[in-house]
Amino acid sequence: MSGTVPLVALVGNPNSGKSSLFNALTGARQKIANYPGVTVERKSGRTALPDGRPVELLDLPGAYSLQPDSLDEAVTRDVVLGKFAGQRRPDALVIVVDAGNLDNHLRFAIELIGQGLPVVIALNMVDLAERDGLEIDPTVLADELGVPVVSTVAVRKRGLERLLSMLSEVLSQSRPDEVDAPENRKQITDRAHRIAKRAIISETQGRQWTKRLDAILLHPVGGVAILLALLFVMFQAVYGWSEAPIGWIESGFSALTETINAQMPNGILRSFLTDGVIAGVGSVVVFLPQILILFLFILLLEATGYMTRAAFVMDRMMAAVGLSGHSFIPLLSSFACAIPGIMATRSIMDQKERLATILIAPLMTCSARLPVYTLIIGAFIPAQNIGPGIGMQGLVLFALYLFGIVGAMLAAAVIQRFVTQSRSSSFLIEMPRYQLPRPSDIALGLWQRAWVFLRRAGTIIFVATVILWALLSFPKVPVNSTQSQVEYSIAGRIADGIEPIIRPIGFNHDIALALIPAMAAREVAVSALGTAYAIDAEDEEQAAMSLGPQLAAKWSLATALAFLAWFIFAPQCISTIAVTRRETNGWKWPIFMVVYLFALAYAAAGITYWTAVSFGL
Amino acid sequence: MSLVQLDDLPLNSQARVRTIDWAAIPESEGHRLRSLGLEEGVEVEALHKGILLWRDPIAVRVGRMRIAMRRKVASAIFCELSK
Repeated sequence: MSGTVPLVALVGNPNSGKSSLFNALTGARQKIANYPGVTVERKSGRTALPDGRPVELLDLPGAYSLQPDSLDEAVTRDVVLGKFAGQRRPDALVIVVDAGNLDNHLRFAIELIGQGLPVVIALNMVDLAERDGLEIDPTVLADELGVPVVSTVAVRKRGLERLLSMLSEVLSQSRPDEVDAPENRKQITDRAHRIAKRAIISETQGRQWTKRLDAILLHPVGGVAILLALLFVMFQAVYGWSEAPIGWIESGFSALTETINAQMPNGILRSFLTDGVIAGVGSVVVFLPQILILFLFILLLEATGYMTRAAFVMDRMMAAVGLSGHSFIPLLSSFACAIPGIMATRSIMDQKERLATILIAPLMTCSARLPVYTLIIGAFIPAQNIGPGIGMQGLVLFALYLFGIVGAMLAAAVIQRFVTQSRSSSFLIEMPRYQLPRPSDIALGLWQRAWVFLRRAGTIIFVATVILWALLSFPKVPVNSTQSQVEYSIAGRIADGIEPIIRPIGFNHDIALALIPAMAAREVAVSALGTAYAIDAEDEEQAAMSLGPQLAAKWSLATALAFLAWFIFAPQCISTIAVTRRETNGWKWPIFMVVYLFALAYAAAGITYWTAVSFGL
Repeated sequence: MSLVQLDDLPLNSQARVRTIDWAAIPESEGHRLRSLGLEEGVEVEALHKGILLWRDPIAVRVGRMRIAMRRKVASAIFCELSK
């Protein structure tokens, strides 16, 4: 360890509270990246030992053993064994063990101790174990296992100092030379059970919160009703709670525009700043509140332990289309963003089911579609209440989500039947105890998501809007021309080429224009429209008018609905296509995905348009 | 000694796993079952069965853990009811 900061890996079963412990130890100073060559998230952070020495902590993916079932678990095994190219072997391990599930978690701990690295065991969630009536003697564990054991409650930061001082001790000891002869699985299991039995001093019934909650949440009928109600509340909240913060962001950007207009002479630079940068980036950043509300729900569902119950409730319905409850979790994450959703499919053991889930993940209405949906709904659907707490706009949004889900299920059925030709899916999952999430864990998760989104707004979306602004601003329309600037520009001429293709499904020239940059990311469609109309505005007054009313004045309702239908299906996100390529190791499946989704989008928009027209809309 | 298939175990009754027909379970699921600690000799309890009109999936307590699985796999697991 000459000169370098010691590297300590946190290892443990899924649901051992490992990530909470990692958060409690490192705070907000975390680095999130990928392991070289694979898309498994690598979380690391620094903390200081009691003597002031820094250590680098690595949060390894949860695993049940060193015989991996999934890509995540393979990463954990390779890092622990020092076989991972581009990642140095840890100098010590903190093995995180759930005190309430000793028998099972000790098996992995025994296996890990056998690898010969210096080890400290964090006996985590002792408070929950006590709640369930379990009393455990850590000294018995330490004696039996021959390594230091520290009781911790990560969510209350209990035991952390002792954990770090133990860590400091084992790091200064030399590595034990002799490694225990590897035991077979049966021997490990028996030993784990024996040790658990000795370490548990008393066991009473406890209050059995999990059992009581499961009786309600997994009720054959009630459980389904609760899940549906929860999803409905979630999507209503995305609308209802975001109104005020969106207003603040909007007035912030318009104040900025006014300041620039007052300070700078009219010219190309001012147009670039206000019409290009602020109109473009601003119209996307404005959706941050909605994205955060959605992620808040998903993080809460995961942290409380409800997510696996939702998978249980959904399993039979997913089985009908050849998927399983396993697919439900990645698909629900895809409502926030398809990229973490597609990455979460790595926990699906069945490879055919995994592929089918990846292919339909983009059909889940991700947060990038929200800007588009919000704009169109806000412009065309009246903000009426059709019942207590049920708004017309929220209902339309709910319907759009529902169409995406139904489309995805039909697509899954067809894909599993004809493409992957899967015979049956499987479902096998641990359901953790319920627990109250730690607010700071949720806050940290939200902050990380917000940062990723803003970085995107600052890079991809910024570049796309600047390019679009240039395409829209040049060449300058001659003063005496009857054409508008938009029609005369380069972008206008490209859109002229696309227009005949999309004219049959009710799309106009503006939409053709918005679809070009929206290939990079869907939400750019909004900023593209924003930029286009800002430039086309004849006077200040018209430019100040917000985008929604301008669209309402220019588009028919049938066109607006067709536009929404298009965005339910269209695979317009370069990042999703890229992550699909990476996760499926080739171009075959991303190309398949893009083709079938565009075909669906075209058909859906066409059907919507002509149905609406026939109803006289 | 009469054995009961895990999917037929009455709700809230406890049993001990005696034999598992590993050949009837796909390999990846068998591996995951073992990872989750479902092996011969372990104590189990049927907790929940099915959703709406289906009797699938089921939730089982295995030792101190709760596991959800499909009936198809559960029917390959034979247990002896505890007194």
